[in-house]
Amino acid sequence: MTSYIDNIALALPELFILFMACVILLVVAFAGKKEASFAYGLSQFTLAVTALLIYLGMAGESGFTFSDSYIKDPLSDILKLAICLINMVVLLYSTSYLKQRQLFKGEYYVLAIFSTLGMMVLVSAYHLVTIYLGLELMSLCLYAMVAMHRDSSIATEAAMKYFILGAIASGMLLYGMSIIYGATGSLSINIIAERVSAGDLDQTVLSFGLVFLIIGIGFKLGAVPFHMWLPDVYQGAPTAVTLFIAAAPKVAAFAMMIRLLVDGLADAHQHWQGMLIMLAVLSMIIGNVIAIAQTNLKRMLAYSTISHVGFILLGVLSATQAGYSASLFYVLVYALMSLGAFGMIILMSRNGFEAEQIEDYKGLAQRNPWFALMMMLLMFSMAGIPPLVGFYAKLTVIQSIIDIELISVAVVAVLMSVIGAFYYLRIIKVMYFDKESGQHALSAPLDMKIMFSVNVCTIFILGIFPGALLALCSGIFS
Amino acid sequence: MIALSDFLILGALLFSLSIAGIFINRKNIIILLMCIELMLLAVNLNFIAFSHYSSDISGQIFVFFILTVAAAEAAIGLAILVVLFRNKHTINVADLDQLKG
Repeated sequence: MTSYIDNIALALPELFILFMACVILLVVAFAGKKEASFAYGLSQFTLAVTALLIYLGMAGESGFTFSDSYIKDPLSDILKLAICLINMVVLLYSTSYLKQRQLFKGEYYVLAIFSTLGMMVLVSAYHLVTIYLGLELMSLCLYAMVAMHRDSSIATEAAMKYFILGAIASGMLLYGMSIIYGATGSLSINIIAERVSAGDLDQTVLSFGLVFLIIGIGFKLGAVPFHMWLPDVYQGAPTAVTLFIAAAPKVAAFAMMIRLLVDGLADAHQHWQGMLIMLAVLSMIIGNVIAIAQTNLKRMLAYSTISHVGFILLGVLSATQAGYSASLFYVLVYALMSLGAFGMIILMSRNGFEAEQIEDYKGLAQRNPWFALMMMLLMFSMAGIPPLVGFYAKLTVIQSIIDIELISVAVVAVLMSVIGAFYYLRIIKVMYFDKESGQHALSAPLDMKIMFSVNVCTIFILGIFPGALLALCSGIFS
Repeated sequence: MIALSDFLILGALLFSLSIAGIFINRKNIIILLMCIELMLLAVNLNFIAFSHYSSDISGQIFVFFILTVAAAEAAIGLAILVVLFRNKHTINVADLDQLKG
């Protein structure tokens, strides 16, 4: 056990982002008319410097700080770096959306930065209290962001549903934590792992606690049968906020799952493996099948998120190093793809026209061939068609469950990705083969168009050269 | 002497009551918020009981954190409730039906 303040430099990125979040809050409170522009600039600066600090720290030693409740290891480095970069892109995309709708206010950026801080704490947490605090800091900001469009009755309804189901999820998670605490006598992940691997605990109590932990994790990730909030929130929230919720928080929730189940309770995997198989199979089936029936693109993408969560769970449930790194690869790729997909909706929309119905994309290929091509690449990648990166993500997770001889689950996964291809291809059909309904010019600013193209080209290039990222992911868990 | 299991049974009862309250209640969002608070209190009872019987203080520290976060959570929940009432002029759970499919 080190003293409390030892190694505090390991948490330097979080300390910096906390300091800057307070600065941005003060700027927003006192800057007067230009507050939103200041807040936007400062937020991008904060995220960039934080990403730089994390990058510089990556070469350093792993270690614990804050009385062993906080860890810096290769997993936390890569996930935090991903979260910062993702959120920079999210802020860039959402700013043009907010500006067009008189929602361009400082609060969005303050909440986004505090939420980013929560995600980073969650990624590095190695103690049940820290995990809980990180999770709540992240979620409370998200609830408020969904409700930011105060005059929209669907946005406030979505916020209320998100709040209530999120609070139930936290309650379940806490109940699970309390049982695990009772079974192992400690809140520290290190000591929990030691006592579980010693093997003299009451296995019934342990699996009882695990049920609640998994319900909590399932809610936060959006796995079936705990997915009810996801389509409503994605549809009801302003697209800028949907974009924020869809990308980085999933990465953070993945980290929470790894910390609790893999770092803490890896030796109890015979208990959680079966539960995760159930969640994964149900998520893939329900997500893909219900997505077919959707006419609203945001809602369709929400169901597609649910099915992607099913695939992410596949890698974790294999309980092997290869499976964990496959899931890590999948979650990073998923974040990149959802950035692109919701970015496309923002790109197409303008004030008074949300571009969230699938029919709004009719004939896009004639009036805007470049962005139709980008959207086609995104949809192919989500469907898992080679040579795009979504294919390798699906391939590696399915590989990892074949390695542990769960052939039937692998068959379901392959069947479901075939069914999933239907609704992704339908978007491409609408863009390329349907007659256009009306003439809309794109009103998005140039920086957004460039960033969107870069985003999709990254997916394309990663698909052709996936080796580096795959090697990085498998290096983390070995 | 009260046994550990008595506390745990009480905790489980309170927890089940709050879950039942959330799912059975079709009237009022404020009751939902009350059920959520009850859920967190049931968890607190569990933590304190375990902490007392295993003579480990950290469970009780966790309770302070849960109480604080619960207060923040209630503040956000009520704020959303006010905005919702302004838009819909009702806080009936059954009226939250614009988003579905």
